[in-house]
Amino acid sequence: MIAEAGHYALVLALALALIQSTVPMLGARWGDPALMNVARSTALAQLLFVAASFTALVMLHVASDFSVVNVFENSHSMKPLLYKITGVWGNHEGSMLLWVAILALFGGLVAAFGNNLPLSLRAHVLAVQGWIAAAFYLFILLTSNPFLRIASPPIEGRDLNPVLQDIGLAVHPPMLYLGYVGFSISFSFAIAALIEGRIDAAWARWVRPWTLVAWIFLTLGIAMGSYWAYYELGWGGWWFWDPVENASLMPWLAGTALLHSAVVMEKRNALKVWTILLSILAFSLSLLGTFLVRSGVLTSVHAFATDPSRGVFILLILCLFIGGSLTLYAWRAPALKQGGLFAPVSREGALVLNNLFLTSACATVFIGTLYPLALEVLTGDKISVGAPFFNLTFGPLFVPLLVAMPFAPLLAWKRGDLLGAAQRLTAAGIAALVAIAVLFAWTHGGATLAPLAIGLAIFVIGGALSDLAERTALFRVPFATAMARARGLPRATWGTAFAHAGIGVALIGIVCETTWNSEYIGTMKPRDIASVAGYQLKLDDITQRQGPNFREMIAQFTVSHDGETLEVMTPSKRNFTTRDSSTTEAALLTRGASQLYVSLGDTNAEGAIAVRIYHKPLVLLIWWGPVLMAFGGLLSLSDRRLRVGAPKPAKAARALQPAE
Amino acid sequence: MTRKQRRLTMICGSLAVLAVAAALVLNAMRDSIVFFSTPTMAAEKQIPPGKRFRLGGLVQPGSLVRGDNLAVNFSIADGSATLPVAYKGMLPDLFREGQGVVAEGALDASGVFKADTVLAKHDETYMPRDVADALKKQGHWKDDYGAKPGATAASAPVQGTAK
Repeated sequence: MIAEAGHYALVLALALALIQSTVPMLGARWGDPALMNVARSTALAQLLFVAASFTALVMLHVASDFSVVNVFENSHSMKPLLYKITGVWGNHEGSMLLWVAILALFGGLVAAFGNNLPLSLRAHVLAVQGWIAAAFYLFILLTSNPFLRIASPPIEGRDLNPVLQDIGLAVHPPMLYLGYVGFSISFSFAIAALIEGRIDAAWARWVRPWTLVAWIFLTLGIAMGSYWAYYELGWGGWWFWDPVENASLMPWLAGTALLHSAVVMEKRNALKVWTILLSILAFSLSLLGTFLVRSGVLTSVHAFATDPSRGVFILLILCLFIGGSLTLYAWRAPALKQGGLFAPVSREGALVLNNLFLTSACATVFIGTLYPLALEVLTGDKISVGAPFFNLTFGPLFVPLLVAMPFAPLLAWKRGDLLGAAQRLTAAGIAALVAIAVLFAWTHGGATLAPLAIGLAIFVIGGALSDLAERTALFRVPFATAMARARGLPRATWGTAFAHAGIGVALIGIVCETTWNSEYIGTMKPRDIASVAGYQLKLDDITQRQGPNFREMIAQFTVSHDGETLEVMTPSKRNFTTRDSSTTEAALLTRGASQLYVSLGDTNAEGAIAVRIYHKPLVLLIWWGPVLMAFGGLLSLSDRRLRVGAPKPAKAARALQPAE
Repeated sequence: MTRKQRRLTMICGSLAVLAVAAALVLNAMRDSIVFFSTPTMAAEKQIPPGKRFRLGGLVQPGSLVRGDNLAVNFSIADGSATLPVAYKGMLPDLFREGQGVVAEGALDASGVFKADTVLAKHDETYMPRDVADALKKQGHWKDDYGAKPGATAASAPVQGTAK
């Protein structure tokens, strides 16, 4: 009954989406406010029905109703409640339902909070949202229905893939989807602007908060996924340049570029056409990501689906939306008026440079991800493009970006003074040089690139701090005055500083982890001692334990450093009987920002166990950086300018209308 | 500067960055791309020692020998040829004889494939797609190698890496 209700709610949502995608368009054409307002109510009703449908699936999973195929294939009655809920999106059908639910959520938010938008713009935006929603509802209903029943229900389910039975699944996919799907809003705004043939600074001001929200979630989602892979896969890697990871990185790069170009458009009314293109690209890349992950064209960490009919359907959606939007762009973009002028050396110029490097970096990731697929289709040759490719392309493109980054906030709009900016960055530059010199002396004869990269990171962080110091006139005026100035600074300025510093922090973590990580791989028997990076790990005991839906072998290690006992670490290996598969649960010991990482392998005939121990210096900075960046985004989002919203010329017009 | 000059500066700058990006991509393409082979293909192509490639096939039953300190030797077979593989490190959780694997590394002078990465998927029914395709092409495909109907949830590969 619940399954049928959920299915029916989804069909109704499709019907609503179809209305939402047509009626408001006609309303905007005929200038009929009543028809345009249909968009608002349908968007809200659609959200209601999708939410009902999603709740139905959650209830089925929680109740372990194995008469539903989706529950049977991905759940088990003994599974802990948390994983019963998160298991809803731990499979193809459920995750697509989550996708459309989030899409409807964003549509509903625009409908609910878009009161200050011009009526026709809101109608167009919601209509475009309706097209996207309709396409994906059709996809779910035709090829990936999560509510299908089994004629003769089995007693027990097949259980969720053990790797996914982790708290990471509760956080990572929803975050990532909030990011992916969030870009649909800027896409819809871009299409609406193209249809209306009108775009101005106010448009950018409406788009920016939505882009920022999507970007914050995508940043956190990617970081969370990376940390999850790090502790769950059991060998301490945190980024694999796996196609699925690249699929999330590409929209992030395009979205970051979009955030920056939207600033130029809002402040200076320039780069309009480019901002529109980036809005289209960011969401197109999100769609591409959905296609790569959901169609099963990749052999990869996250590919759950292998049914080609789905692949073809998503490919159709992809071609329709990307092709359609780019055609519309080619047709209408030349009609948009050109914006303000600026010199190459200026804030605008710096932001253009940022956009250039970000989009180029995005393009290299795109090539590296899709080239193997294209080559296989064209010639049948199978190749793999791995980390070395991306290190050789993505890395060099990010270096100039990071060098230029501290300069940009110090340049004036329209015409900047590069020399002046350089002078104000002297302190940051000196700090970077000192760091490089100290590291060279300290590591003497070790890696040459690492100290330089850390110097660059210090320069980036120092640059962000210099910008703040400059704006508050710290060290030039009395401290109290500087503090008062700091309170008066726009939140967006603080946001920029945090986000930029976050990049530097992450870079330090990346460099330290990859350069100075030390490891021990070997077999150990009880009472053996392994030493890694000054830590001694003594294997005390190996015990067995029964979990809710698995058996677990736990090894207990006592960790000591310089003869002082620190803590007990208990990595384990879980064996899931239903799927006859096992997972490795690594144990982590955090010391400051560094971590000690222990994971287990197989036991051999003599009772010795294979053990992997890593010491990862400053590894946590890799994820603290993105958290800082997201925090910066949040600060920027709370900026008064965005809360107050764009000026509302529509209000005056409305006041003149006669009362009905 | 006039509008025209400014635009020209922008376009030239953009082209320069794009050219750099293209050069980087082409350079990286030359050096860092790894081809996939089965033992038969490796024999036909006569891949020189030291050239990195991915070797895929089934772990030959009975060939797995565990040495000291996590050294492992086994053979990868594709029905018509086999190739001995040496690896040091932890094997993925579901590495088993008779299962599909992909190993990455290079041949040494004596014709042994020195692997530094071994990939196997985390599912008893799993067969790496490259391996399945290659086996199908050579006519060694058996239906029971494939995933059970309906059980499409192939799962994460677990990777063993030795540095």
